[in-house]
Amino acid sequence: MHPAKSVILFTTASGAGYGLLAWLGVLAALGLLPAERWLGVAGFGIGLGLVVLGLLSSTFHLGHPERAWRALSQWRSSWLSREGVAAVVTFLPVGIFALLWVVAQTNSGAAAAVGLLASVCCAVTVACTAMIYASLRTIRAWSNAWTLPAYLALSAFSGALLMNLLLQLWGLPLARAFGWAVLVLAVLSGAIKLGYWRSLASQEGASTAESATGLGGAPGGRGGSPGGGSGGGQGRVRLLEAPHSESNYLLQEMGFRIARKHAAKLRRIALVAGFLLPIVCVILGLALGGAVPAVLAALAAVAAMALGLAVERWLFFAEAKHVVTLYYGESRA
Amino acid sequence: MTSLPRNPGPVKLGLVIDLDICVGCHACAVNCKEWNASGHSAPLTDSDPYGADPSGVWFNRIHTFEVVQDDGNSRTVHFPKSCLHCEEAPCVTVCPTGASYKRAEDGIVLVNAEACIGCKLCSWACPYGAREYDADAGVMKKCTLCVDKIYNENLEPRSRVPACVSTCPAGARHFGDLGDADSEVSRLVAERGGYELMPEQGCKPVNRYLPPRPKQAPEPPPAGEAPAAEVAPAGLLARWVDRMLSH
Repeated sequence: MHPAKSVILFTTASGAGYGLLAWLGVLAALGLLPAERWLGVAGFGIGLGLVVLGLLSSTFHLGHPERAWRALSQWRSSWLSREGVAAVVTFLPVGIFALLWVVAQTNSGAAAAVGLLASVCCAVTVACTAMIYASLRTIRAWSNAWTLPAYLALSAFSGALLMNLLLQLWGLPLARAFGWAVLVLAVLSGAIKLGYWRSLASQEGASTAESATGLGGAPGGRGGSPGGGSGGGQGRVRLLEAPHSESNYLLQEMGFRIARKHAAKLRRIALVAGFLLPIVCVILGLALGGAVPAVLAALAAVAAMALGLAVERWLFFAEAKHVVTLYYGESRA
Repeated sequence: MTSLPRNPGPVKLGLVIDLDICVGCHACAVNCKEWNASGHSAPLTDSDPYGADPSGVWFNRIHTFEVVQDDGNSRTVHFPKSCLHCEEAPCVTVCPTGASYKRAEDGIVLVNAEACIGCKLCSWACPYGAREYDADAGVMKKCTLCVDKIYNENLEPRSRVPACVSTCPAGARHFGDLGDADSEVSRLVAERGGYELMPEQGCKPVNRYLPPRPKQAPEPPPAGEAPAAEVAPAGLLARWVDRMLSH
């Protein structure tokens, strides 16, 4: 699948933003965060900023961005529509929670309840994003049990790294305990990603050039048809002549191949930058103590994660093979 | 509406494509483009049509496959592909705006260009590559089964079939109601073992493909006739005399 920059930015930025907002709600509800005005301004500013940046960029790839409001109407059947509705709904509790925190300087009691509700809404929105991809049967790399946990874990992890940075900036005592939580999340989400890649390598697609054309009667296709083309024997189907000499929309959108050539290298970059470097930085932060080194380490962790996550998301799209490629020379998808 | 029709009618209009007859001439694709360039989803934008990198929207594409059998023999099969107007059309249910819809009365899947936001998700959901994005109009386009032709009372009844069907010089394309077991197309499907594409994708396509007939073995020469090989060594004059006298 063609990795559109706007969709990569959308899923990574909004994922991290929702992650940070969710942590603000959860940690406040646990009574672990002071209702300090500037902490609120920074936290909600970064969280909402990333979310809005992501949502705006997701409209860049639309043919008619001015009609985007229509996407809120089909929540009964469409995960994309549900995501839109969830994103809009989430603004309400997040907005109220942010106002209570920043203006009234309270994040406990009723405010904490609103904060928890905001956290739940954030998680639901990220889950809807994941389900857009997980519900597409045409793409084996997406329609599997790993997609939803991967999106949720990466959102929680990237949000936690941002939370960690805020805790270090404000020199809050929670930073120590939270650092350990970040490490656990890093290992967990890295393991999910590794498991995802392993499952991709071990499973074969159900659709083949034979089933796509109904010719050949090979496994995965239809068995020898009455008077079938293969004369009762088994046959392999290969593309002899493409339907068009030049590229078209289908090949540009669905026939992306570059990533598979560099997949192993890019996966290593994603693992090192996205998980390993943040782990090292967080451990350094825990070990160094002292305000400035700890803040610098937390900042480096965020920067590495941003690069790693961008590569990871690019691979998520670029590595995904669509079954329509079976009509263009692929033998299994 | 994006949900599939709750009470779909009995009519399932669709195409039956005979892979035994198709000669791969692309006439169906060309006439499709011709009709639809001014039809329901007009225009079918081309970009850079005479330049180095032409591209454009087509509803119908003709692929050519080779089927290599285990015995080493192979055969060439021309394979026209357009929207299959699925009963469980995933392109309809993923649409966030309701622009993509399936008609209850005849099962045709259409796009309302006024409501389409051009998010392209329907093209991701379709296993068959039936939807193409018109970058110029910013909306998705797809085969309409010539909805503006098949019901057109200004046309003679025999012309009220999709453009691809009326133009096929080989008679490889058939149009009709696949929901009616007694229709001509349904009988063809039953007789010839018509099948659906990628049933494992669960879309329940309406269109059917008729498989190529088995190859005929070459006929053995009739008994009693002198094998041609005995004549071959003879000289030019002798062969000419032989031919004249044989008549």
